[in-house]
Amino acid sequence: MDILQLLISGLANGCVYGLIALGFVLIYKATEAVNFAQGDFMMFGAFITIWLTNADYMGINFYLAVPLAILIMGILGYLLDMLVIRRMFGQPQIAVVILTIAIGFILRFIAGVIWGHEPHLLETPFAGKELKIGSLVLGFEEIAIIIVTLLLTLFLFLFFRKAKLGQAMQAASQNQLAAYYVGIPVKKVQSLIWALAGVVAAVAGALFASKGAIDPSTGLLGIKAFAAAVIGGFGSLPGALIGGLIIGVVEPFAAYYLPAGYSQVAPYAIMLLVLILRPAGLFSQMQNKKV
Amino acid sequence: MRFVFKRSYDDDIKLFKHRQQAGYYVLLLVLMMALPWLVDDFFLGEATNVLILAIAGMGLMLLTGQTGQVSLGHAAFMALGCYLNVILMQRGVPFIISLPLAGIITGIVGAIIAMPILRLHGIYLAIGTLAISVLSEDIIVISKKWTGGVIGLVAEPINIFGLDIDRYGTPILFYFLVLFVTLFVLLIFRNILRAPLGRAFAAIRDSEVSAQALGVNVTKTKITAFALSCGIVGLAGGLLGHFAGAFNHETFNLVLSIQLLLMIVIGGLGSIHGAFFGAVIVGFLPQLIAISRDGISSIFNLGSLPLPGIETASFAFILVIFIMFEPRGIYGVWIKIRTYFELFPFYRKNMFKRQKSYLKTERMK
Repeated sequence: MDILQLLISGLANGCVYGLIALGFVLIYKATEAVNFAQGDFMMFGAFITIWLTNADYMGINFYLAVPLAILIMGILGYLLDMLVIRRMFGQPQIAVVILTIAIGFILRFIAGVIWGHEPHLLETPFAGKELKIGSLVLGFEEIAIIIVTLLLTLFLFLFFRKAKLGQAMQAASQNQLAAYYVGIPVKKVQSLIWALAGVVAAVAGALFASKGAIDPSTGLLGIKAFAAAVIGGFGSLPGALIGGLIIGVVEPFAAYYLPAGYSQVAPYAIMLLVLILRPAGLFSQMQNKKV
Repeated sequence: MRFVFKRSYDDDIKLFKHRQQAGYYVLLLVLMMALPWLVDDFFLGEATNVLILAIAGMGLMLLTGQTGQVSLGHAAFMALGCYLNVILMQRGVPFIISLPLAGIITGIVGAIIAMPILRLHGIYLAIGTLAISVLSEDIIVISKKWTGGVIGLVAEPINIFGLDIDRYGTPILFYFLVLFVTLFVLLIFRNILRAPLGRAFAAIRDSEVSAQALGVNVTKTKITAFALSCGIVGLAGGLLGHFAGAFNHETFNLVLSIQLLLMIVIGGLGSIHGAFFGAVIVGFLPQLIAISRDGISSIFNLGSLPLPGIETASFAFILVIFIMFEPRGIYGVWIKIRTYFELFPFYRKNMFKRQKSYLKTERMK
């Protein structure tokens, strides 16, 4: 039963990693850039949710506060692209990488100034409630995390497969010039994808903050989410989720069975292995062009 | 306006473009040599720090600026150089051998790591090296027997031919030691750029496909670049160990890796000047912030403002401004100012305009 318990908590953790990884993948899929600040986006989303919900701050009803936080993060994402990242249009990817690293540092600083560096916990209506199945104890938060993540991934997957906007986003990433020719407003589409990444970050943040305390440096979790995205194959949405789950599940087991000190290494070691043996990830997005 | 007539290829790759330029650099060197007698010990320590950062910056510049491969993991190689140097010295190897040896071993390790890692492109390379940086911290903690684990190590004072060199005891000698290494690395760097190897680096940076078509062995050249870069950074790490005195796994964390990269971007990618400009910014920024913070809080009577992380944040802010408005960094600004005066009054605003370009996916081949 111990193993099952570890597995469930690992899955819930993995879902959060997966959600951050989804943010990476979204932006990579649509703009061919990588947002190194996605972890800090999540941290910021979590703090905004806490700020709206917790009794110490605004004290708005939880079910109203979360959509509001999601909206705020969406707008933030859109504005960030419009004001800063759009200037990088057509520049090498690495410029955006460096830019987003810097933005991450700035977000961390702002969060530290506004909310301080003490850990915060989100006050949710389902805090402390548990579901008991035999000797297995499931927290409501864990169940919520798993369900929301699955739904969100499914939604995004279908969005990119079926929706016109999703297709336009993929086209814009594959060839910007050609996308212009077929009438896609590439810059606007890119701003929208950043907004969507902000939304996903807010969801991930709210879920994470309901499960564990959050402080400005939580954004560094983004590095683990990188591992998740790479394992899944950058550019694949289900891959990101599965990569996150792998990392999430491996972690508690490594901590349980390996001597102290070795367990933190496990996620990155897996990632390096994947990078070396199968650089395109488990769900490869590499395609050979048909001539 | 000056016209430099080039009559042969040798003229094109001369160390200095013209005699006046050589004069400027000699002047700079004289100034650097006289620095210990011009400023106090504190400032000299800061200058030493800047030079060490500049060495590390040159190391990364060789890889990122010249060869176009981005690494977010160079703090790991700094750590390797630092620990190797101190461990060798503890085993009785004199500094004059241990430092170069540390650099060489770091370079070899870099080459070994580069072989699988450099198959990755762009983003993947950045993430792979990021993982190395994160892993290195844990590896230092795990291999306690060698590295002292969380407690870290203490660098012994250096002794070269009976001359005791210590960061606090004899700061002037330590400064000259660092200056010597800086000049040594600088000379190697500059000469690599003039040699076929440096031209191959640039070819790979600008287009891997065309480099291959020109007969450049892309994989081999990239590995060479990575190894050289790691070796130089290892030297910087060895010096940093002596500069810091005591160090542990946190001295060489991920933030240092990122800072190194940001440093050369602010300075100006692809130029040796950039490494130095960036190092000056990184080295003196904390002091500048402390001074301006004191100034602001005394004007508004705020008392002491505790703002943790303001250094990295303002650094990041400067970086955002540079990437948005002057992607060539401080060196780019310098070039523009120089051109303005050289061409006066014929400077046009669009002279350095970037060519419009459109990205294509790298997932389709």
